[in-house]
Amino acid sequence: MSDEKNHIVPYRVYAFVLAALVVLTLLSIAITGYDLGKYTVAGALIFAVVKSFLVLTYFMHLKYDKPYIKIMVGFVFAILVVTIVVTFLDYLYR
Amino acid sequence: MQSTNAVNQANYLEYRGRFKGLFGWIFSTDHKRIGLLYLYSMAVMFSVGVLLGLAMKLELLAPGKTIMDAQDYNATFTVHGVIMIFMVVVPGLPAVFGNFLLPIMIGAKDVAFPKLNLLSWWFYVAGVFLVLAALLFGPGTPDTGWTFYAPYSFKTGTNMLPAIFGAFILGFSSILTGLNFLVTIHRMRCPGLKWSKLSLFVWTLYGTAWIQLLATPVVGITLVLVALERLFGVGIFDPALGGDPILYQHLFWIYSHPAVYIMILPAMGAISEIIPTFSQKHIFGYKAIIVSTMAIAFVGYLVWGHHMFTAGMSGTAQYYFSLLTFLVAIPSAIKVFNWISTMYKGSINVQTPFYWAVSFIFVFMIGGLSGLVLGALAANIYVHDTAFVVAHFHYIVFGGTGFAFFAAIHYWFPKIFGRMYDKAWANIGWIVFTIGFLTLYSPMFYLGMMGMPRRYYDYLEEFHGGNILSTFGSWILATGFIIIIVNLVRSARRGEKAEMNPWKGKTLEWTVPSPPPVENFDKIPEIAENDGPYNY
Amino acid sequence: MEKVTHAPHDHYDAEASKIGMWLFIFTELLLFGILFVIYSVYRYLNHDAFHLAAAELDTFTGAVNTLILLVSSMTIAMSVTALQKKNKPLTLLLNGITFVIGVVFLVNKYFEWGAKFDHGIFPGSATLTETLSQGEILFFGLYFIMTGLHALHIIIGLVFIAVVMWKVAKGKVHAERSALLENSGLYWHLVDIIWIFLFPLFYLIV
Repeated sequence: MSDEKNHIVPYRVYAFVLAALVVLTLLSIAITGYDLGKYTVAGALIFAVVKSFLVLTYFMHLKYDKPYIKIMVGFVFAILVVTIVVTFLDYLYR
Repeated sequence: MQSTNAVNQANYLEYRGRFKGLFGWIFSTDHKRIGLLYLYSMAVMFSVGVLLGLAMKLELLAPGKTIMDAQDYNATFTVHGVIMIFMVVVPGLPAVFGNFLLPIMIGAKDVAFPKLNLLSWWFYVAGVFLVLAALLFGPGTPDTGWTFYAPYSFKTGTNMLPAIFGAFILGFSSILTGLNFLVTIHRMRCPGLKWSKLSLFVWTLYGTAWIQLLATPVVGITLVLVALERLFGVGIFDPALGGDPILYQHLFWIYSHPAVYIMILPAMGAISEIIPTFSQKHIFGYKAIIVSTMAIAFVGYLVWGHHMFTAGMSGTAQYYFSLLTFLVAIPSAIKVFNWISTMYKGSINVQTPFYWAVSFIFVFMIGGLSGLVLGALAANIYVHDTAFVVAHFHYIVFGGTGFAFFAAIHYWFPKIFGRMYDKAWANIGWIVFTIGFLTLYSPMFYLGMMGMPRRYYDYLEEFHGGNILSTFGSWILATGFIIIIVNLVRSARRGEKAEMNPWKGKTLEWTVPSPPPVENFDKIPEIAENDGPYNY
Repeated sequence: MEKVTHAPHDHYDAEASKIGMWLFIFTELLLFGILFVIYSVYRYLNHDAFHLAAAELDTFTGAVNTLILLVSSMTIAMSVTALQKKNKPLTLLLNGITFVIGVVFLVNKYFEWGAKFDHGIFPGSATLTETLSQGEILFFGLYFIMTGLHALHIIIGLVFIAVVMWKVAKGKVHAERSALLENSGLYWHLVDIIWIFLFPLFYLIV
């Protein structure tokens, strides 16, 4: 059964993605030099989220896959986020 | 649906492949044989769990020590819980009936990954042996309760590590089954079998598989952390080192609450098969049942804190969890309305599976309604950790998954074994069992309200009467169970040969011979546009 | 009843294998996700202690490990392209580079942990439990558990890659039957994603 997998991703796409990932990594290290107070964690995490999105979309082929896989991945991350949020309903308000 | 009469294949019970005899079973990748392997091993473990339960009830026949002291009682209820939860009701209907029926119900020859399926069963056996090892060797049987709460679970001197490791491996078995079923349902439906034509049992297996996949890793890592705490004193849950025991409870229940939906969803799926068949009528609200199934699976992730109302969470968390708990009851109630509406003006065929299904609705509702009492914050403080909770979860889990399992085994018995069970004895077994069940657990509601704590081997004299009644109930229940088992075992060997479709069902499994041939179908069925399950 | 022998069917369904690997990846995401929940809770409760403890970690080593792991993700992704273009030598070379990088990552880890052990910092150590504050104890507990579990997954990934390389060399994995290589890539990218989150949370919160 054929699907978009037959699509061959050119090497240079992966090279560009790596370049972006390296830049983002260096940036994330650089901003630790600045004191962002309570936004330090958020800042670090935003870089991590963007990098993960690139890895998922290009390296892990989600961009070229059938939509239902993307939906599943999104759903799983949503469950994780919800779990953290609900857990913090306890810790934030003790 | 057209029948697919496979005359060219041996049936799966008689088939002789690469391996002979017992090895032909324990090395078989045939989903039907694997389903039976689970059935036999789970039946054994259930019997062990029943014996432990009977021992507990015997101890509680009178105040003070009756047959064992506190330490032994703690060990008994711990092992009873671990066996019943991890080895019986969580594998439950998916392991037995899911494995046996799923490929047939979707017109496939087997699951997506047959070898992984066999591995799931081997992991199950390995987990069982590890837990048993914890009992038989080492410094003493675990006594923490099946919930392994920190900090006691890493401070107790009893033999926790094999039990923890065993539970971990059992979790792996569950994950692999869920994974297998998801891929099977996504990829192996026969031509024409759209999602909107799937039988409801398959839909519930699908929702359950997601929970098995996504919730089990949580308890897996949590158990690993307890083991690391015991071995290295890391401090994650140890208050002396900064850890929070309540965090352990959060993590434990983040799995264990969805786990109860692993237990009940396939049970509801089986009931959703049985009621239309014995009403000879299309299920009322097919779409509503699917939506409510998925809703239960999802919302079930959001309510775990209702096991922790008295643990020390914030008020905000308590309000939130109580609210969500009330919300999750709604889809379950919807299903009950659907089942009853299906029966209305149906042509009722009163058979053993139908008795079990109707009594399922009765006990499940009692269990569910008692859950509302527990979900209400003010009432919960009063009944938490009392016999009321014990009654609630036995009604819901034993009454729910247990009754549905008995319904399912009688319903699909002719298909699985090619023989019919003795109907008179089956009905006798049902009535004795049900009377025993009600006698055993009903007093616990009252005892809990009156203040009798759970997990205590002793109690105040004022609770004596209720406990006597309850213990008598356990003996009646055990008698009923023996009747049922003996009947099923004898009928599997010597019962009257069964026809292909004795109940006039409309789902795909009734179109193959009883018992099914090795590859289920000679020719993969094709579902026409106007075909569908429950097309009476 | 007659016995029917069956010729072995070729059940190769690349999409089924891919879904299977993604589902397995979901279990890993939940596994590590829960550890991140624990980290978040304890960080929230012990904000300053976490900052203090994080200063003990070597940001440079962490950064190097992050960057080389990213490179290895690229090389294994490229190896799939190479296989699809029927370039077997390049496929093996790219996988080999991925493997070597994985080993280097583990070597770095070995020295990092070694440095900690030399300072008496390891789970349950006297230095840890008696001289450090509770928040610092939790930080290091989480550090060892999370990076340790991650390293275990690197090892599993290396075994997986080695098996795939062997099968590519033997011709059992090829352009028309590429699922195993692609799925090993998915697994490796997962290991990379976990580290993408571990790195800032442990090394960058100073």
